[in-house]
Amino acid sequence: MTEFFKTILPPVIANSPILDILVIIIKVFIVVNFAMINGMYLSYVERKVIGHMQVRLGPMRTGPHGILQPIADGIKLFFKEDIIPANADKPIFFIAPVISLTAALATLAVIPFWEDFIIADINIGILYILALSSLGAYGIILAGWASNSKYSFLGGLRSSAQVLSYEIAMGLSLVGVMLLAGSANLLDIVKAQENMPFGMYLFVQPIGFFVFFMAALAETNRAPFDLPEAESELVAGYFVEYSGMRFALFYAAEYIGMVLMSFLAAICFLGGWKGPDFWFFSKVPPVIWLLIKVYAFIFFYLWIRATLPRYRYDQLMGLGWKLFIPLTLANILITGLVKLLIET
Amino acid sequence: MAEVEKKLETKNLTISLGPQHPATHGVLRLVLELDGETVVKCTPYVGYLHRGIEKLSEYKTYLQIIPITDRLDYISSLSNNIGYCVAVEKLFAIEVPERADFIRTITAEMTRIASHLLWLATHALDLGAMTVFLYAFREREWIIDLFEKLCGARLTVSYARIGGVRNDVPEGWLKDLYNFTEEFPKRIEEYETLIDQNRIWFKRTKGIGVISAEEAINWGLSGPTLRGSGVPYDVRKFMPYAAYNKIEWEVPIGKNGDVYDRYRCRMEELRQSNRIIRQCIEKIPDGPVMADAPKFTLPPKDKVLSDIEHLIHQFVLITKGPMTAPIGEIYSAIEAPKGELGFYIVSDGTGKPYRMKIRAPSFVHASVLPRLCIGHLVADVIANIGTIDIVLGECDR
Amino acid sequence: MTEYYIPSNYLPVLILLIFSVFTGVSVLVFGYFVRPKRSYPEKLTPYESGIPPVGEPRYRFSVRFYIIAMLFVIFDVEAVFLYPWAVAYNKIGLYGFIEMVIFIFILLVGYIYAWKKDALTWE
Repeated sequence: MTEFFKTILPPVIANSPILDILVIIIKVFIVVNFAMINGMYLSYVERKVIGHMQVRLGPMRTGPHGILQPIADGIKLFFKEDIIPANADKPIFFIAPVISLTAALATLAVIPFWEDFIIADINIGILYILALSSLGAYGIILAGWASNSKYSFLGGLRSSAQVLSYEIAMGLSLVGVMLLAGSANLLDIVKAQENMPFGMYLFVQPIGFFVFFMAALAETNRAPFDLPEAESELVAGYFVEYSGMRFALFYAAEYIGMVLMSFLAAICFLGGWKGPDFWFFSKVPPVIWLLIKVYAFIFFYLWIRATLPRYRYDQLMGLGWKLFIPLTLANILITGLVKLLIET
Repeated sequence: MAEVEKKLETKNLTISLGPQHPATHGVLRLVLELDGETVVKCTPYVGYLHRGIEKLSEYKTYLQIIPITDRLDYISSLSNNIGYCVAVEKLFAIEVPERADFIRTITAEMTRIASHLLWLATHALDLGAMTVFLYAFREREWIIDLFEKLCGARLTVSYARIGGVRNDVPEGWLKDLYNFTEEFPKRIEEYETLIDQNRIWFKRTKGIGVISAEEAINWGLSGPTLRGSGVPYDVRKFMPYAAYNKIEWEVPIGKNGDVYDRYRCRMEELRQSNRIIRQCIEKIPDGPVMADAPKFTLPPKDKVLSDIEHLIHQFVLITKGPMTAPIGEIYSAIEAPKGELGFYIVSDGTGKPYRMKIRAPSFVHASVLPRLCIGHLVADVIANIGTIDIVLGECDR
Repeated sequence: MTEYYIPSNYLPVLILLIFSVFTGVSVLVFGYFVRPKRSYPEKLTPYESGIPPVGEPRYRFSVRFYIIAMLFVIFDVEAVFLYPWAVAYNKIGLYGFIEMVIFIFILLVGYIYAWKKDALTWE
């Protein structure tokens, strides 16, 4: 992209830092919009997919097959009254959804869409993602605290318990990938997967993938781990007091988090933007491959939501601590040992 | 040190679950005291849907009460109709024709299926399994369509009458119903594939809300909630009414008395109900559907329009009720989908009952909630509300 | 060719952060001007299943997972230690592996101790 701008812009600008910053801003703009539209339409896709799984149709009224539903929802929420409960901790109540959304959006900085399209090519990509995605939980906990409602308070507590039980398993499940790739940079990880069977770490890191997938479900508060917002227990959990646009921000954050975790899974375990290299497939642009993998993953998310009942609070913590952590530790040791044996 | 501890003392959180809560199946209110998320105290409050049905009945003729009974357990309104009619028939000593008995059995089992399906749907939804909800509603819709064909109403049917049923089944209706019973067992299996072998479902239901057989009896539980603890008590077997003693069927019971066993019980009951309906369709005799007791039952319309004696009966029954009602009192119970539904009626010889008391299973079951919930987590409270299968219309009356 | 220096790795992150905060805040601020404001005391009561709330939700409350939270800190730090090890594994080889086995072993001892002491069970 930089090269392209150099040809069309006057040399004064082309050789100054402004150009770099301009390119970054354009990239940021594209990525943020991509994420927002994805987040919006994911709500539609979710309703449609789950609807068809449940012998119903999902949204049908706004536009053909309800295709304009997210826009209608957005407009409705935009013009909806913003109710701030009495005795709420106002500043915290205000910033909590912004924290959630910012954490979700900022994580996209290190996601490579293809080889040349990444906002920030930093060498600790995975660490950055883990750090920021757990920051998103702060938004939830603060929202639960600030609302001055018992239901949201319990939702916030549950959310923090969930973070406690899943963050470690998630972090450890990616150590195996880093071991194999020898890097925490997502670009390097994709490149390192070329020599693997089918060009994916999935087949050499099945345990890691399994634990990562489960932890990703918990991280994004999706069924069967949607305890902080369990609608039949805590009604809506942490955002029970939120209405209008603030509510929409939480929603967007949740869906963007889902997209993000799917990107991470596709990049770390499914070979990123690399597709099969024969016949017609080699002509498909890399970004399409990546998106196919991401959406397949998202479909899985929705499928699970339509199928499984919800875990209980203590069972979830038990699962995280007593099953996933030993599994990932064993995975790390085995991966390290096998790699050592193969290379020497 | 003691001072520090005093400062660090924690208080329990008092939270009100309901009346406006998605999982309380109506307007039940539970005030929970939580330590962490563990319930240390649980107090059910009822009465948000109180409409004074018992008192109201004292001002209505025996016939007029039938539509009111629809509004008790509005999910299985026909069971209430039948329960009331059976009690009144006992009081008046009316013999119901056999065909009417069979139709009552069929329709009562249909409401049982509809009610259990709704229970399954909401119970699964409460525990997070959303798809079962819509699958179960698909079949419930089928049943309700059949009711519509039968008597024109879908939910509040008012189909039973004192001395029989309102009308004979329409032509081809039994065949439609038979088609349903052919298909239904497959659908039950479909629900079971979704939740029955599901580990999360096991974790959420096994060992939750355990109540022993003895305790369950002492709490006055009935219906599947009691049978889940292993007590084979079923009014249909012990005090048979309608045509239940003329057909073969079994009473499914559980063993451990936990949420899972009660779930299994109800699933088996769905199969048994299906079996009962099929047998009834095969065995149903021809004949009238109303008893020949002109003092108590409404005469047929064509007779009213052509015969002065029937016209007078009709007039008296509609305006004043059955004036020759015997003086006395009666308690009669049937097995409603929720449990033992009893009607206690005192008659003083006028056309209206002197007093009517309804033994509502939901009311009794709601009282056992604290026993089931204390010591468990909030999520289990939801499972327990689901498992006792209460309907607040019946509980509050 | 380039005569200037930009901390090129992290500048984009900063820009994205600013951009996403801006997205969130601007949506709310724009909304402020168009949405209705018709509040009255009943509307502002916090949700408690349709009845007036009983008592205050914010007081010292037993959360029950204090020990797990402590363990979490320990294990999270451990996970952070594992990252550089994993990244540098190609260079340190057998020596690094044995060291890490010892490290994980020590942690496992603590982990099993905590498990046996029922620190991992809820309640």
